[in-house]
Amino acid sequence: MNRNMILAGVGGQGLLALAAVIGEAARSLELHVRQAEVHGMAQRGGVVQSHLRYAGRPLHSNLVRKGTADLILALEPMEALRYLSYLSPSGALVSSTAPLVNIPNYPDESDVYAEIKTVSTHRLIDAATLAKQAGAVQAANMVMLGAGSPFLDLPERVLLTAIEQFFAGKGDSVIETNARAFELGRDAAQAS
Amino acid sequence: MPIRLLLGNEALAQGALDAGLSAAYAYPGTPSTEITEYILRSPEVARGDVVSHWTANEKTSLEAALGASYVGKRAMASLKHVGLNVAADPFVNSAIAGANGGLVINVADDPSMHSSQNEQDSRVYLDLALMPCIEPADQQEAYQAPSYAFELSERHRIPVLIRMTTRLSHSRGTITTGEARQHNPFSLPDNPKRYILLPALARQSYARLVERQADFIHDSERSPFNEYSDGADRSLGIIACGIAHGYVLEAVGAKNDHPILKVGQYPIPETLLEKIMRTCERILVFEEGFPYVEAKLRGMPVRSSPIIHGRLSGHLPRVGELTPQAVAAALGLGHVQTAEPSSIPAPRPPALCPGCPHADTCNLLNEVLNGEGKGGTVFSDIGCYTLGALPPYNAIDTCVEMGASITMAKGAAAAGLDRAVALIGDSTFTHSGLTGLLDCVNENANVTIVIVDNLTIAMTGGQPSSATNRLAAICAGLGVDPDHIRVIEPHKNHHVDNVAILEQEIAHAGPSVIIAQRECIQTARRRARRTASEGGEAR
Repeated sequence: MNRNMILAGVGGQGLLALAAVIGEAARSLELHVRQAEVHGMAQRGGVVQSHLRYAGRPLHSNLVRKGTADLILALEPMEALRYLSYLSPSGALVSSTAPLVNIPNYPDESDVYAEIKTVSTHRLIDAATLAKQAGAVQAANMVMLGAGSPFLDLPERVLLTAIEQFFAGKGDSVIETNARAFELGRDAAQAS
Repeated sequence: MPIRLLLGNEALAQGALDAGLSAAYAYPGTPSTEITEYILRSPEVARGDVVSHWTANEKTSLEAALGASYVGKRAMASLKHVGLNVAADPFVNSAIAGANGGLVINVADDPSMHSSQNEQDSRVYLDLALMPCIEPADQQEAYQAPSYAFELSERHRIPVLIRMTTRLSHSRGTITTGEARQHNPFSLPDNPKRYILLPALARQSYARLVERQADFIHDSERSPFNEYSDGADRSLGIIACGIAHGYVLEAVGAKNDHPILKVGQYPIPETLLEKIMRTCERILVFEEGFPYVEAKLRGMPVRSSPIIHGRLSGHLPRVGELTPQAVAAALGLGHVQTAEPSSIPAPRPPALCPGCPHADTCNLLNEVLNGEGKGGTVFSDIGCYTLGALPPYNAIDTCVEMGASITMAKGAAAAGLDRAVALIGDSTFTHSGLTGLLDCVNENANVTIVIVDNLTIAMTGGQPSSATNRLAAICAGLGVDPDHIRVIEPHKNHHVDNVAILEQEIAHAGPSVIIAQRECIQTARRRARRTASEGGEAR
């Protein structure tokens, strides 16, 4: 067991929550975990990324080396492409299809999707629609967690427990919405 | 022992709490903020066992911690690297006066300037202050560092610096925690005169500090944070400081057979360094930040001088933080196939949040200063409003350091600049703007100072601002004519009125202050959510 991944998104999308849930799930299995994140200025609607690693052996680096990521899990399609050089040749790219356009020069969306499809193992997930279906647009991050889950090498019940614990303070309906979002994302990734 | 997944900053804070910390002071600044946020959320603070506050600035933080140490308590101040410039006076002099209870200064450096104006390396300050320093290599060491540093501080009666860097401060790792220690009892210093730095006394204290350098070096030689691991292949010796050690271990893997010296305590362990220098043909130095150890090695007299490579020699980039790939490349290890970076993604710079009051202030400044035949210069400062430098606003002309807006505007106005405007946030104003405003009053400077008051320290996550709702009174108290202290609400509904007010105050031939007051959209939202979840009514 040894996983290196890049989580990609934009400030405000719930990327750090996504990282926290995966990190806690790995920790609960007594794996060694390292997870680098971005705080401060970069969070104001700008690029947010997290390097996440877990393994059965002690880890020493907080950052993923370029060319060694098993997974890029992206909450935004253009952000998925920003980290392509981190992906290992056998790695998977799982991205939301929903562009977040807060810059004037956002590239042509069809170019973005076409480049994502050049990665041999990729999944494009309509996270916005699935999150709405689950009951909350904010749950798109948990949709993407579900979509990425086949590549995480972590048991599903452990991920669901981590979701439950993460949202524990927010009441049962929030937990249920996020668990449903996870399941919808997982099913979409398996079907595609 | 529980296994927890904590940020480096949180591990440090938990380590301090478990080490009998009694007092923690800080001014928020990325990447140091989470240390004190963690302490403020702790049960120890809730029970009243630990005193912890955000203070007006880093200098007042360090001085308060020094006071707590004076009465025998374990105390710390936490700040970012540029905050150490603000606190440099108490930092350097506290090393001469010394510590009574353990005194630890946590400084988080920001190589690559993720959220900063420079990437200065706090270890350089060690040469000014002659103070020991711990540089944790990972989250577990960040947890252990405070306990060790407090003991070191109390043994030598010297403050100790703990140097963090962004990638440790803001990375989570799994750690095991230990038992909590009792607090120190209240006890006044045995020799209180050492806190009186009159020249005659300071000379003695300083001479003693210089003498004790040998003891500090001796401690470094035996420190658990410094570790020499031998290797058979001595064509290369590796020196790795702080988190650079992790990058090296990850790159060399299990098959390493070069000697590696891990450095995590300063002053530099001279004997250990001499040992690796004597035995190896070439030395490669990895350090996050400046080529601090590398430069020292170049000046060290060693019988057989190896070739020294690092950031100074160009084997590693001179600027910016280390990366796993840069470290592996310098070691000539394991070429990894990487895809070409995609050319499609466009830069996505941070921006003011939708609905941010600073956006309205930027529009106001642009309307008044950018129109034809108007002109003017906006000297700005450190905070969210610095993002007004970016499109679509392009509303500010300078951003140098905390407080520089007011004093630069004053200096420029006195030297002949017309329509000099200073733009400063509420918390930056109380951090470093008050004294500059007093200068403006004393010199009757022809400046207009816009204090953008969003009622919080927004950039670092919404900590309480020092003088919320007291800014107008403070300005009047400093001597600004009350007729030229204007409070406005930066909002598009008031834009026309606000333009008139700004025009009037720029026309006034003396210092005026405009307080543009509207709550940060982020803290307003958080407060509304909190109120809703508590079942009350949102204000």
